[in-house]
Amino acid sequence: MSAQARLLIVDDEPAIRKLLGAALVRAGYRVTEAGNAREALNAVQIDKPEAVLLDLGLPDRDGLELVPLIKAAGIAVIVVSARDATEQKVTALDLGADDYVTKPFDTEEVLARIRAALRHRLSASADAPVVQIGEIEIDLDARHVRRGGAEIHLTPKEYAFLAELARHPGRVITHAYLLRTIWGPGHENDVDYLRVAVRGVRRKLEPDAAPSSIIRNEPGVGYRLLV
Amino acid sequence: MSAPDPDPRPDPEALLRAAAQEGRGRLKVFLGAAPGVGKTYEMLKQGAARRDAGVDVVIGVVETHGRADTAALTRGFTVIPRMAAEYQGRTLEEMDLDAVLARRPELVLVDELAHTNAPGSRHDKRYQDVEELLAAGIDVFSTVNVQHIESLNDVVASFTKVRVRETLPDRVLEAADIEVVDIPPDELVERLRAGKVYVPHEANRALNHFFSKSNLSALRELALRRAAQTVDAQMLDYLRAHALAGTWAGSERIVVAVSELAGGATLVRAAKRLADALGAPWTAVHIETPRAIRFGDAENARIAATLHLASQLGGQVASVAAESVIEGLKRFSIEARATQLIVGKSARTRWFELRHGSVVDRLVRETPGVAVHVLPMTKDERSPGTRPAPARGTRGKPRDYLVALALTAFVTAIGAGLLSAGNITNVGLLYLLPVMVAATRYGLRTGIVTGLASSLAYNFFFIPPTHAFTIQDPQNILTVLVLLGVAVVSSQLAARVRDQALLAQRSAAQNSSLAGFARLLTGVSKRDELGQLLCAEVGRLLGASTMLLLPVRGELEVVSAVPPEDSLAAIEQAAARWAFDNNQPAGRGSETLAASEWLFHPLAAGGRVVGVMGLARPDATAAIRPDQLPLLLSLLDQAALALERIELEAEMATVTQLKERDRLRAALLSSVSHDLRTPLTTILGMLAEIQPVPGKQAEDLAAARAEAERLNRFVANLLDMVRIEAGALHQSLEPVDLVDAIGAAAHDLRRALAGHRLDLDVSPDLPFVVVDPQLFHHCLINLLENAAKYGDADGAIRIAAQRRHDGIVLHVMDEGPGLPPGGTTRLFETFTRIEGSDRKGGTGLGLAIVKGFAEAMGLSVAAANRADRPGACFSICFPEDRIRKGRTGE
Repeated sequence: MSAQARLLIVDDEPAIRKLLGAALVRAGYRVTEAGNAREALNAVQIDKPEAVLLDLGLPDRDGLELVPLIKAAGIAVIVVSARDATEQKVTALDLGADDYVTKPFDTEEVLARIRAALRHRLSASADAPVVQIGEIEIDLDARHVRRGGAEIHLTPKEYAFLAELARHPGRVITHAYLLRTIWGPGHENDVDYLRVAVRGVRRKLEPDAAPSSIIRNEPGVGYRLLV
Repeated sequence: MSAPDPDPRPDPEALLRAAAQEGRGRLKVFLGAAPGVGKTYEMLKQGAARRDAGVDVVIGVVETHGRADTAALTRGFTVIPRMAAEYQGRTLEEMDLDAVLARRPELVLVDELAHTNAPGSRHDKRYQDVEELLAAGIDVFSTVNVQHIESLNDVVASFTKVRVRETLPDRVLEAADIEVVDIPPDELVERLRAGKVYVPHEANRALNHFFSKSNLSALRELALRRAAQTVDAQMLDYLRAHALAGTWAGSERIVVAVSELAGGATLVRAAKRLADALGAPWTAVHIETPRAIRFGDAENARIAATLHLASQLGGQVASVAAESVIEGLKRFSIEARATQLIVGKSARTRWFELRHGSVVDRLVRETPGVAVHVLPMTKDERSPGTRPAPARGTRGKPRDYLVALALTAFVTAIGAGLLSAGNITNVGLLYLLPVMVAATRYGLRTGIVTGLASSLAYNFFFIPPTHAFTIQDPQNILTVLVLLGVAVVSSQLAARVRDQALLAQRSAAQNSSLAGFARLLTGVSKRDELGQLLCAEVGRLLGASTMLLLPVRGELEVVSAVPPEDSLAAIEQAAARWAFDNNQPAGRGSETLAASEWLFHPLAAGGRVVGVMGLARPDATAAIRPDQLPLLLSLLDQAALALERIELEAEMATVTQLKERDRLRAALLSSVSHDLRTPLTTILGMLAEIQPVPGKQAEDLAAARAEAERLNRFVANLLDMVRIEAGALHQSLEPVDLVDAIGAAAHDLRRALAGHRLDLDVSPDLPFVVVDPQLFHHCLINLLENAAKYGDADGAIRIAAQRRHDGIVLHVMDEGPGLPPGGTTRLFETFTRIEGSDRKGGTGLGLAIVKGFAEAMGLSVAAANRADRPGACFSICFPEDRIRKGRTGE
């Protein structure tokens, strides 16, 4: 991972910018800041950051409007907002945001999300066909899933689900996206298909039922693979 | 019971009638063929039997006519004292309706159902009093003789030669139980001879004739048949309401044509009898031809009275404008899908029929598929036939004659001038001028008189021998005849053209009045504005004072009046109220509370009365002209629709206001949440950044961080609580796997749960629960946090879910002191904390939020102590309708 990646923090609260900026710099990123939408768009043009941490409650424009604009420039967007309603999160993700963190946030969590978003950007060029999480190994080329070297047999939909998460490790993937991609358009509301598939994957990957799992549920929003 | 019809749809009208009966009192009528058969006696006997059976029976009014045996029966009853009414120096006693209503007996005895009340009483007729009693849920026993029944009135009069004025509409009997009080005619004659019969004064004149044995037999048959007919009708109603197949009579429809001529009442009654026999709906229609222009008040009153009678007898009424009676009837019969048409055969001259052809013949020819009944038009005895008032223009005014004669004289003078100039041949033609002018302008008679005068003048002055009224040349006789002929023909033509123009004008005026009113109404958005418009329009139409009353918090209030008026006498208020409650006209000129100065018409939209229009006309006793009534009703209908629209608009405005308030509240919540969370984020972030020196500093920092986190949870809970209290929970339900949901909650709370072991006991085969994932997430977080806070610091937290026969139960259990005895339900109330738990730093909101969210989703919550070991157990129960077996999407 490039420690020299450039990040842009967009937030109208100087205290938040300062806090995030300090944490990101310490983690080895180069950071620029913007206090409103206009400055943010300028900074995107000039500094060409690789990821933007975007607050939604900006003084001059709603941050949601900026999501597609920034994404169009090929830049990852992580929304960092006090808005915690499910619909807000789903809307932002549907508009193309890579992830969503609610305030107050855990700095570690923000860093993890940034890593996930940037990892995807890197892996897009040099595909990593094998994703390793703990003792679980997902081979996207050979369509194998192994635990501790032993082959695990998944149904086609279960595999499709796990593979979809593994292609973007650490990132939240929305219900609607998963349903559309795996079951096809028109199945966006068949959430129970998804629940059945998740249950099947969990049972086969982690037989001892525990609340901590590599498949993390984001209530009402989607699933992510923990790395 | 017969086999069910493929489409046994209940007749809605019959269902409505049945529904209207629910909660109403029952009417039982003792029907007699003649006075003296013992109706009152029988009624009292049955009343006494009911009283002895424990029913609360009172006497509203009973006429004993001095008979001792009848009077003896009244003893033992509570008698409601009658009310004295002064009328023209005489004191009349009537049933005290209000006293009976106030007494609220179960059954009241009311003699003589067809009785007419003293002027000034609430209702004109006693049967209306009875209807009010029935509506109040009081049963009524009453009596009536067969000759008082409206539809049999003519039949009885035809053979008894006695016509009674007090008649009873048939509809009153239709819902009643009828018991015929019957004694053989011989016995009745015997009782009459013995002086045991009170004879009403109408019958006095023809006493011997009325009580002849043949008459009594006929009356007896009528009474029995009428009773049987009512039973039939009630049976039919029952069958239709229950849609029993095979009993539905063919869809006959009857139309009866009424004209301005006397005798319409007979036709209408005949139609009613036919309709009853066929079980068919019927309509009385008046065809308004151009001749209607020349009708006088008497004709208009007769049409109105006939149509009114029809509506009294339960028929529909209509007034149709047409070029001729035949055209109008043809069109209306097709529109109304009539199968039976009843017309009267007027006593027209042969001469008239030669010229116009028989109306009846043409009707039969031109309305195929319709049975035409022709009844002789006899003069109605109750409304003595007045000759049609001479129409304007046929007889002419003296001034018209003078003008016409002056014109003749003028023409004569010109003719004399021409004669002296030597030209004589065409002088006769000159006289066409005054004749045509007189005939077209002043009508037939003036035309003929002018024609005669012209012929005489021509003869006298110009035809040899001049200055003498003799004619030598037969050619000149022709001239005289032509002049007269021209007078007749041109006056007829002119009269028709004039009448048509007037009728067209009137109908155009009505249409434009309606259209104009409709246009005015579209711009109106306030009730009083509409009231002002309506009052002005109706006032202009009828030449009357008008007022509009609308309900304001249940009371009728005058919204506007022309001329201004803001108070109403008690009787007017009562009439307005009655019209409003019963959706029927009340007040002067109607049947109810006729003593009121005003006539009140209800304004109804979609069957619901929205207001009452009051009218006070100078000639208030006369009925409203038949051509004005439909226009008035149209205006009222439009106004009612507009009123309904205005009310809907007001409701919409309220809804919009509420939405706006919701929007503001949401905006406020979001702004508060933003403003509180931003500094908290900074504080928490900064605290995390600090690298403390181990020891006291590290402890302080951890404490500060814990407090900040607590504040954060408190803010979240406070916002959740506000959302619950505001009822602003927007849910989107979806199937949720409990394992998924618990995992997410445990992850979010990982810092608070540190030190507690989490035991999960959820079967992987458990069905999904249908909840709002976000709200449920908050429930779980609060339950877990509660368990971590109140359980022992290192105790395990156990989460178990079980399928039960009535749903799924999820338990969150801690290891600790558990709940104090009692007060477990109070736990879920806002700001309730377990006593002595202050140090735990709870907010007192957590469990209230669990309960609020859970109940919003249709779940229930419970708290108890664990059975297996010390500790508290909180449960969420998912009822069966919140459980979904997941579909596999393979």
